Amino acid sequence: MQANVTGFNPTFAYNTLPPDWPGNFWLHWLIFTIILIAFIIATVIMFIWFERRLIGRFQIRLGPNRVGPFGLFQAIADVVKILTKEDIVPQKADKVVFWLAPLVALVPVLMVFAVVPLQSGAILVDLDIGILYVLALSSIVSIGIFMAGWGSNNKYSIIGAMRDVAQLISYEIPLVLSIVGVVLLTGSLSLSEIVRAQNIPFILLQPIGFFVFFIGSLAEINRCPFDLVEAESEIIAGYNIEFSGSKFAAFFLAEYSEAVLLSALTATLFLGGWSGPLLPPFLWLLIKMFAVFALIVWIRSTLPRFRIDQMMAFAWKFLLPLALINLLLTSLQIVFWPEASSWIIVLLSFAIGITLILVWSKSFKPGGNKVGI
Amino acid sequence: MGFRRYGNGIAKGMALTFKHLFRKPITTQYPEERLNVSRRTRGTQIIWNKDTCIACSACARACPIGCIDMSTSRGEDKKLKVDNITIDFGLCIFCGLCVEACPVGNAIFLSYNWEYAEYQRGKLVLSNDELLYSKTKQVSGYYHPEVEKALPEQTLLVNRTNRGKPWD
Amino acid sequence: MVTLKTEPFVINLGPVHPSTHGVFRLRATLDGEVVLDIEPIIGYLHRGIEKIAEGRNYKQDIPLTDRLDYVASMSNNLPYVMAVEKLAEIAVPERAEYLRIIMAEMQRIASHLLAVGSLANDLGTFFTPFQYMFREREKIVDLFEMVCGQRLLYNYMRFGGVSHDIPDEFIPALSKLVSTMPGFIDEYDQLLAENEILLARLKGVGILPKELAINSSVSGPVLRASGVEWDIRKVDSYSVYDRFKFDIPTGVIGDCYDRYRVRIQEMRQSVHILEQAIEQLPAGEVLAKVSPRLKPPGGEAYAHIEAPKGELGFYLVSDNSEKPYRMHIRAPSLINLTALREMVIGWKLADVIVTFGSIDICLGEVDR
Repeated sequence: MQANVTGFNPTFAYNTLPPDWPGNFWLHWLIFTIILIAFIIATVIMFIWFERRLIGRFQIRLGPNRVGPFGLFQAIADVVKILTKEDIVPQKADKVVFWLAPLVALVPVLMVFAVVPLQSGAILVDLDIGILYVLALSSIVSIGIFMAGWGSNNKYSIIGAMRDVAQLISYEIPLVLSIVGVVLLTGSLSLSEIVRAQNIPFILLQPIGFFVFFIGSLAEINRCPFDLVEAESEIIAGYNIEFSGSKFAAFFLAEYSEAVLLSALTATLFLGGWSGPLLPPFLWLLIKMFAVFALIVWIRSTLPRFRIDQMMAFAWKFLLPLALINLLLTSLQIVFWPEASSWIIVLLSFAIGITLILVWSKSFKPGGNKVGI
Repeated sequence: MGFRRYGNGIAKGMALTFKHLFRKPITTQYPEERLNVSRRTRGTQIIWNKDTCIACSACARACPIGCIDMSTSRGEDKKLKVDNITIDFGLCIFCGLCVEACPVGNAIFLSYNWEYAEYQRGKLVLSNDELLYSKTKQVSGYYHPEVEKALPEQTLLVNRTNRGKPWD
Repeated sequence: MVTLKTEPFVINLGPVHPSTHGVFRLRATLDGEVVLDIEPIIGYLHRGIEKIAEGRNYKQDIPLTDRLDYVASMSNNLPYVMAVEKLAEIAVPERAEYLRIIMAEMQRIASHLLAVGSLANDLGTFFTPFQYMFREREKIVDLFEMVCGQRLLYNYMRFGGVSHDIPDEFIPALSKLVSTMPGFIDEYDQLLAENEILLARLKGVGILPKELAINSSVSGPVLRASGVEWDIRKVDSYSVYDRFKFDIPTGVIGDCYDRYRVRIQEMRQSVHILEQAIEQLPAGEVLAKVSPRLKPPGGEAYAHIEAPKGELGFYLVSDNSEKPYRMHIRAPSLINLTALREMVIGWKLADVIVTFGSIDICLGEVDR
């Protein structure tokens, strides 16, 4: 591993085009935008199918299998159904906020894909500050959800939106700190640099970092066990209640795009991105994304959901100290012991990780006592 | 039970869910596959046997809802005969009390087939010859042991296996 | 210096809601997420069953009583039939008593499976424990279909016994079910009982203290979870329950976790009772000779059983005619529901749903 830190270039920092690219910058931009949007939509449809079949198999039943062979066109049938529904706007809803909310929730997620490397050199724009761009944009989504909750003029939506803002703010900080560990190991914020620096995948070198990042991202994308924002059995779909038709399709697409984004980021940061022995690199990225998504679906089908105060206690009292300790240990290792062999680091980090989790969880109380009134 | 808090319970639960990936799904692909219902099933039709019915109206009196409507009269040979029998299947709750109440024992039956739907509510009222036994309306063995012996056996979920081995 | 003022708001968990088990309306006054007061509003499923029963004769009321707690229908027929047998002094043959107990215990397992499955569903697991438990419930309901022909509303018990004898395939299938059931209950424990998130959601939540439980006359698993050993099968034994050996599981604190554990343990005890009943089943007839137009002598009778949801009782007044003069139903769900307010004040909105699910009501009984 290298410990050199590249100097931060404050000018408009994007790398120049790959040397064998014919045409100018705008052609590159146009083609890659089209490729990215096609990739996102195709992956979302595949993920929807995969999730529904896999949850069915966990529950000893088949998933959908009537629409097309093995139910492959089920997602398309769902999209057609949602788009042909009537678009109802409540009478006292705040019209501008109500109309803008799906866009504010959807567009930043699509924009983040601009820096995810699909293959060596196949990125829309290879920013030097890749990770920072990702984190900044994914925080805008919470504004969109809060706008949705406020603009609906519905008490259930407000409760859902408040829960969501609290959840997202609580889980940003451990998320950022866990990514800093990876950045320290690489020496650069750019995502394609991080992929290239992984001789062994960073999940082995940073198990606590992976743990904190994975749980933090599950909370960011509002999936089980943190889906109390849209808890179906309590507040009946939370901020989503009053939306129907294409606005609901935008939220639905935003939720699954965030899941795709999480899988892509985990694969890039911790599993080695597109690198792999035999198959073409794009297929490796897809396989890793599906593996991460299978883990997400497995968690969804087994675990109940947290309550709001237990969830915030989990973030502030459990994940944040773990992330800080992880950061401290990584920086100590880089400063004092930079030439250590990778395998010793792997063993050490797993030992420290398991000890930390065991010790810390014994002293962690989920909280939630009766409030005296 | 000790309160183990380091993720042990969650891991056990997830291992169980993973184990279920290897169990055969218990879904039946209706309408291509159908399971056999019980031999005593109380199906959604009532079948009337014109020849053995003695027009005593015991079934009409036994019905809790009052959905059997029979009008009878005495014929020339001083025996009662049925002028008109009408059953409203929109009201019937398929409890089987009419079948139980019949004194001759084989004049009224519940059906074996359970798939019955119409587009209009008026079509659910059947009378006289529409209530007779036919190829599409089999009788079930509810209160009729001789019919019960002739029907196929019920498929039970306890007897289905997981890829040839019993379920646990 | 600005002081922040908050005010409580009223939210309506309406009659149409994914996790109120039926049409049940709850108005909750919340201060943020903390519950200050709740007001249940019932009556959305009122059908006038007690009044309808006065217009039909005794035998025609048996399918009517099915529709009370439509989830556990065998247990609804039984106290009504027992009350009429008390009035008219009909003796029940022994084989019929054993069959009644077998059906009642199978129905208890099925009802508790549905209760625990719905509780897990309310907690947020995406139907997975629900599906596993319904697989077992399907096996039980298949056996009911084999005996009486229907899967949900059975109309099986009659005055003086039961309506049909069991066919030959029943006992082998039931033995197979009973032998595999403890393994499946262990699987449910593996999935749910030690899950940290579930423990955090259920332990200590919605506590019903012992004195309050006794004073509110709750019954069933809710009462036993608060530490009171009161089961009508032992205290006021009916039918032939005194020939079986079984324990009464009780809880300690009376929180939602104890109610969930009590139901799981009761399932195991029911399996034990079923094993003994299959062994001891005598031969004989299943229905005593009763005239079809029953006219019990005038008087009144009350019969109660330990239904899966609590103490279900029927109070019958007869005036020596074919139709009952008055039938009153002591519904356990309605009386258990009166304790909800005390259990929930001071907790959060999510706890209201969980506590409500752990009491396990059925709206057919509450509203009648």
